Amino acid sequence: MEYKDYYKILGIERDASQDEIKRAYRRLARKYHPDVSKESNAEARFKEINEANEVLKDPEKRAAYDNLGSGWQAGQDFHPPPGGGFEHQEFHFRPEDMAQFSDFFASVFGRGARGEARRRRGEDQSARLRIDLSDAYKGTTRQLRLDEPVIGADGRVSSRTRTLNVRIPAGVTQGQQIRLGGQGTPGPGGGPAGDLYLEIDIAPHPQFRADRKDIHVELPVAPWEAALGATVPVPTLGGPVNLKIPAGSQSGKRLRLKGRGLPGATAGDELVELVIVAPPPETDEQRALYRRMAEAFSFNPRAGMGV
Amino acid sequence: MRQALISIEGVLLDEELTLTFAELRQLCGSSDQIIELLVDEGVLHPWGKRPKEWRFSGREVSRARRVLRLQRDLDLNLAGAALALDLLEEIESLRARVHLLERRAGG
Repeated sequence: MEYKDYYKILGIERDASQDEIKRAYRRLARKYHPDVSKESNAEARFKEINEANEVLKDPEKRAAYDNLGSGWQAGQDFHPPPGGGFEHQEFHFRPEDMAQFSDFFASVFGRGARGEARRRRGEDQSARLRIDLSDAYKGTTRQLRLDEPVIGADGRVSSRTRTLNVRIPAGVTQGQQIRLGGQGTPGPGGGPAGDLYLEIDIAPHPQFRADRKDIHVELPVAPWEAALGATVPVPTLGGPVNLKIPAGSQSGKRLRLKGRGLPGATAGDELVELVIVAPPPETDEQRALYRRMAEAFSFNPRAGMGV
Repeated sequence: MRQALISIEGVLLDEELTLTFAELRQLCGSSDQIIELLVDEGVLHPWGKRPKEWRFSGREVSRARRVLRLQRDLDLNLAGAALALDLLEEIESLRARVHLLERRAGG
């Protein structure tokens, strides 16, 4: 396994004071906290920072870590001291923290979890799940793989992978949370498991934009459809529907298709924004038609601009 | 590595779900006092006059849990965590807005 340089992770010197450790941890936690950070690796970094802090903030654990020597390089292949770590010392960590920490951490401090396996409720877990807008509309089933800690009879913590089939109901929206009761971390000592919180992340769609339950779409229309009125097909998440465009419509006009957004007790609407697209003239006849329009209309589209 | 395949459906924490004071407290793994402070701080907006009558929207669960995580992990007081939550939510909604406008300008 790889040696972890906790000082380097927190960006401090080996002789840093406990105060400096605290400040370095806080600064990095603000930057990488998964609730705050938009960086893609925030969660992994935050775990690493927490692990480093967990060891260095406690003078006893820090001393034990320092005893491994300063000759190690981060990432170097690490073998625990003979006897499997600090046999004669007792370190206390919460088992669910232990499970999040690295193999390196477990090899050095792994024994400490033993005394803590009294019965209580497991920790809640959270995960993000990215789905397509069409799946949000009609509901879907997704397979999730979760790592969870297992505390052995000897107090050692290992992890196992659990696969869950989760049914996502129709009508979920961006950022929506789903609570899966009892699907979090198992409770130590036979206690009840925590809950699993899933956060829905809806992937961008080439045509539709979702705003909570409402769906926005831009609909190209021909100038004569907008001018004379027409009934035209519009794509919706549930399939095409016909929309009546009133005569005299302009680009930017918004029409509402009630209840055609994401479903729910109060379904969202689809908001259609008209975009008038003028056909490029390709034949002499088409050019002649545009010329006739120019003659027939005394129309200045820039009248409002004073030019 | 053992594997167990379970198929389950969760509970959507949306505005169609209503929670009592006790239910919210339990989901937050918190105390009566902390939940009352979150209401006083304006993080949570229950309807009903007294705590016993309070009802919370399912959406408030993630707000409450998030503010408590910020408080714990970043060593903030409740007012500071509440401010951070407000600002984060504002940034998120502005980001979403910018994203939509950029897509419209690009399309």
